[in-house]
Amino acid sequence: MQPVLDISAVNKRFGALTVADAVTFSLAPGEALGIIGPNGAGKSTLFNLITGNLQVDGGRIVFDGTDVTNAPPMQRCLMGIGRTFQIPQPFVKLTVFENLLVAGTFGSRKLEAEVAARCGDILIQTGLIGRANVPAGQLSLLERKRLELARALATNPKVLLLDEIAGGLTEGECAALVGTIRDIHASGISIIWIEHVLHALNSVVERLLVLDFGKVIGMGRPNDIMASKAVREIYLGLDV
Amino acid sequence: MIWVDTIVQGVLLGGLYALFAAGLSLVFGVMRLVNLAHGDLIVLGAFLILVIVSALGLNPFLAALVALPVMFCLGWGLQFVVLNRTLGDDILPPLLVTFGLSIVIQNALLEGFSADSRRISVGGLEAASVSLGPIAVGVMPLLTFLSAVAVIIALNALFYRTALGRAFRATSDDPVTAGLMGVDPKRLFATATGIAMIVVTIAALYLGTRSNFDPTIGPARLIYAFEAVIIGGLGSFWGTLAGGVIIGVAQTMGAAINPEWQILSGHVAFLLVLLFRPRGLFPRAND
Repeated sequence: MQPVLDISAVNKRFGALTVADAVTFSLAPGEALGIIGPNGAGKSTLFNLITGNLQVDGGRIVFDGTDVTNAPPMQRCLMGIGRTFQIPQPFVKLTVFENLLVAGTFGSRKLEAEVAARCGDILIQTGLIGRANVPAGQLSLLERKRLELARALATNPKVLLLDEIAGGLTEGECAALVGTIRDIHASGISIIWIEHVLHALNSVVERLLVLDFGKVIGMGRPNDIMASKAVREIYLGLDV
Repeated sequence: MIWVDTIVQGVLLGGLYALFAAGLSLVFGVMRLVNLAHGDLIVLGAFLILVIVSALGLNPFLAALVALPVMFCLGWGLQFVVLNRTLGDDILPPLLVTFGLSIVIQNALLEGFSADSRRISVGGLEAASVSLGPIAVGVMPLLTFLSAVAVIIALNALFYRTALGRAFRATSDDPVTAGLMGVDPKRLFATATGIAMIVVTIAALYLGTRSNFDPTIGPARLIYAFEAVIIGGLGSFWGTLAGGVIIGVAQTMGAAINPEWQILSGHVAFLLVLLFRPRGLFPRAND
């Protein structure tokens, strides 16, 4: 089956610092892939390269059979790449519902009337319906994380990039969010999820990719990866 | 009674200043761009209407209608080709480029139309008046004010009730994230400047029909526009109208005391607001 996202030999340097070093992997349709690695390993940078906020120095990014290596972010969004930010970046002066309307209208080039009902459904799915008409600037951290997710969903993505969406949440909040992400995954959307909260991550993803200094140092089933010596040494910092 | 009359005249004059300011407010609100050529673009609009009136023999109001799409396209192109390149983290490039544009427009108009003072005639309408209770107000000042209110209502509806307006507000918040949501900030900014130029054209119609104008008066209109925007609070359209009215009333009150004080008292009112309410009268919460 043709992968929905195919990253081959992607390189990126910031001066002397290599943040992506021949990164190669692909994502099957409907798959959920987790990315782990220490801070500064280049995880968020990888997302920026996939969404087009950063240009690659070398390599190819193929989305759904189309080479998007040089496509602008707006076009990649239209093709079906949605993302959430590690630090939620809602449009603070717009209401929660308006945040979704903008994403729905412009992310799929439709009229507001055509996307309004779907935006309402997404608000129900992400548990934000009760806060629909509140300015996004007034939301709590959990609600902002939910809004990141809801707004990315509103663009009608084929692939959803989640950047540390469970970070900073309490156990209960985290469990509820994981439930929502499972539902999204079950609806057929492919997911790439960067996360430090490993139990949350491992309860959803089918494969883990380990990134360190911009290099892929391991990829496989979560249990195998967590057990591997290299990962324990480099990522968990354990002396085993 | 004379004071009531003075205040009413001031409020109506404030409508003209609000029209000068609304386009500036719109562009600043969407893309944080301070357009120093705004006043000169108003004068350019007035000359365009003048040319249409004399070439086609149209009524000035119809001529303004003809000028609207021309000015929209001019604004769209100006933003897309020139001003978008100046936007970024540094606030200096847009200031320098629009300052340069201001000089270019003034000199081009001087070259094309000489320094002669012009006026667009609206037939007998200049002298016409209607009585509102005990006082008589001019038809043109009244039309100016009503147009200003209509423009503010229309801009508010655009910003808060349409998909385009939501995209304007989202992009003003965070252009990078808006891009990830499928918005093309460059085209959106171009559309915003195009719409601002529609407001500029309406302002130009009243500038040109109510007083004499020549190619050099743009910067003074820019000052009034700035003062109105800042008095009202950045980003609030109704605030901009209130700001215009405050300058207008201050000017007519000053002039009633001593005709030499008209311009001065407008600026003094602005300074007083800055002194006591530095964020303006109706600031938006998050700016």
